[in-house]
Amino acid sequence: MSSTQDRSPDGAQRNPGTDERAGKAAPDFASLHPGYESAIRGAPRNTPHRSPAARLAIVVPYLWLIAFFLVPFLIVLKISLSQTAISQPPYEPVFDVAAGLQGVRDFLAGLSLANYFTLAGDDLYLFSYLKSLTVATFSTAMLVLCGFPIAYAMARAPRRTQPLLVTLIILPFWTSFLIRVYAWINILQHDGLFNQALLALGVVSEPVTWLATDTAVYIGLVYSYLPFMVLPLYAGLEKLDPTLLEAAADLGCPRWKAFCLVTVPLALPGLGAGALLCFIPIVGEFVVPDLLGGSESTMIGQTLWTEFFANKDWPVASAVAVVLVILLVGPIVVYQHLQARAIEER
Amino acid sequence: MMGRLSFTNLTALAAGLAFLYAPIAILIVYSFNASRLVTVWGGWSLVWYAALLEDRAMIDAALASLGIAFASAALATVLGTLAALALTRIARFRGRLLFAAMIYAPLVMPEVITGLSLLLLFVAIDLDRGFFTIIMAHTSLTMCFVTVIIQSRLVGFDRSLEEAAMDLGCPPGRTFLTITLPLIMPAVIAGFLLAFSLSLDDLVIASFTTGPGATTLPIRIYSEVRLGVKPEINAVCTIFIAVIAVAVIAASLIGKSRERGGAPLAA
Repeated sequence: MSSTQDRSPDGAQRNPGTDERAGKAAPDFASLHPGYESAIRGAPRNTPHRSPAARLAIVVPYLWLIAFFLVPFLIVLKISLSQTAISQPPYEPVFDVAAGLQGVRDFLAGLSLANYFTLAGDDLYLFSYLKSLTVATFSTAMLVLCGFPIAYAMARAPRRTQPLLVTLIILPFWTSFLIRVYAWINILQHDGLFNQALLALGVVSEPVTWLATDTAVYIGLVYSYLPFMVLPLYAGLEKLDPTLLEAAADLGCPRWKAFCLVTVPLALPGLGAGALLCFIPIVGEFVVPDLLGGSESTMIGQTLWTEFFANKDWPVASAVAVVLVILLVGPIVVYQHLQARAIEER
Repeated sequence: MMGRLSFTNLTALAAGLAFLYAPIAILIVYSFNASRLVTVWGGWSLVWYAALLEDRAMIDAALASLGIAFASAALATVLGTLAALALTRIARFRGRLLFAAMIYAPLVMPEVITGLSLLLLFVAIDLDRGFFTIIMAHTSLTMCFVTVIIQSRLVGFDRSLEEAAMDLGCPPGRTFLTITLPLIMPAVIAGFLLAFSLSLDDLVIASFTTGPGATTLPIRIYSEVRLGVKPEINAVCTIFIAVIAVAVIAASLIGKSRERGGAPLAA
C-alpha cells in the first residue's frame, strides 16, 4: 500500500513519473469507473463521451420538462391562433397527420391572429391586465412595507432564536393556500369577527362590507405572500455585521443615515428576489381575487378561468395566457438569473 | 446578532406572527363551535367532525388527494434529485441554459397558465383526464421545487468523501447510495414533503387537468366555499392543517436526529 498516494488522480497530476509506475502496479480505481468520475465531478469541457449515469441524470428530467413544460406552451401558442369550434376538441384547425403535406398546408392556412384582435378590441381584457398589474404592484409594495420590519427584527433577534423564527415564518406556507384564504372569509364576512371587533371598539357604528372588495383582496394577497417576502429579505439582513453599524456610529454617522448607507444596500438583493417572487405569481393570481374580491372588475387569472370554464372558449383563453406570459417574460428572466446566481454563490 | 430586541423590533415580530397565525387559529377554534352559525360561539363541540365522517364525497376526495400527493411527490423527488445532480455536477452540456430555465420558470409561473397548458397537452395527445393526469401535472410543477432544495444542498457539499470511496474502489452506484444520498437525505426529505404539501394544496392546476369523476380535496372545498362558510369546512381545514403540521414536525425531528449522528440510512 506504499503507492496509495500516487493512485489518487490529484497525485497523478503532481507526480507523473511515479504515476506511471503505480499505474502499472495498481490501476487507479477512479479511472476504472469513468462513469461515476464524470457524474460526480462534472465532465471536462468539450467531452463528447459522458457516462451512462450522468447522461441519465440529464436526459430523464430534461425530457420530462420538455414534454410537460415546453411542449404544452407551444400547444397553447398554437391554439391561441385557432378558432372555437363545436366539436371535440373544441377548436380548429386540428392537425391532420394522415393528410400529409396537404394537411400541413390546410393547418397553416387555418391559423389566424383573430383571437389577439378580440383581446385588443375588447376593454374587458385590457382592464383585466391593467387591474392585475396594478394589484400586483401595490400588493408587492405593501409586502415590502410589512415584510421589512419583520425581517429586520428577525435578523436582530438573538442568534439562538433565529432558526425558530424562520420556522415560524415558513410554517404557514406549508398549510394550504386555499385554507388560508378561506380563513379570511370567516373573519371578513359581514357578521365576522373583524366587524364584531370594530363594533365593540366603537370604531364603526354599523358593520362594514369587507368581502368582495379590493381591500379584502389586498389583505388576502399580503397574508398569502408574506413568507415569500420576509425570507429573502431576512437572508440578506442576516449577513449584516453589527460592527459596521458601530463603526458608522463611532465616526459620527446618525443612525438613520447608517441605516440608509449600510443596512438598505445589503437588503436590496433580497428585496429584489422577494419582490419578483411575489409580483410574478400575483399578476396571474386566481384563488385570492376569486374568493375575496368583487365580481365587477376581475384580474386576468379570473378572466382566463372564466373564458375557459364558463365560456368554453379555449382559443381565447390561450391567447389570454400567451399575452400574460409575454408580460411576465421580463420579470421571469430576471428571477431565473437571480435564482441561478444565488445557488452558485452558496 | 444582539442580546435583546428593542421594543420596535419586538412589536414588529409579534405583529407579524400574530397576523400570520391569528386567522388559522380562529379557523381551528371555530371548527369546534357547537353553533351552526359560523359567527356565533355556541360552546365547544365535535359535531362537525362527526358530520364529516358521514360525508362520503369529502372522504373520497381526501383519499384521492392523499394518493395523488404521494405518487406525484415520489416521482417529483426522483426527477428533482436527478435534475439537481445534473445542474450542480455537470458544468456544461448542450441546452443547459434551457434546462435551468425550465426548472426556475415554473416556480413563479402563474398557476392558471401551467394548468391551461398541461390540459391542452393532455387533450392534444388524447389522454383520458383523471387522477393520472393530475399526478403528471403535479409532478411537473413540484419537481422544480425539489430540484432547487436539493441543489442548494449539493452546492455546499464536501466531495472528499466521495473521492475517498472511489479511490478505495467503491463502484459509482454504491458510492452514490452509501455516501452521496445519505448526505443529501435531509434535502431529499424536505423536497418530498414540500412536493407532497404543494400537491395536496393545489386547486388551480388540478381543476384544469382533472376529468370526470376525479375530485381532489381542494376542488371539493372550493366548490363548497363558493357557496359560503360552513362549519364542516372549518373541520376539514383543521384536519388538513393538523396532517401537514405533523408531517413538518416529523421531518424536522428526523433532520435533527440525523444531525446528531443518527442512523445514516433511516427514513
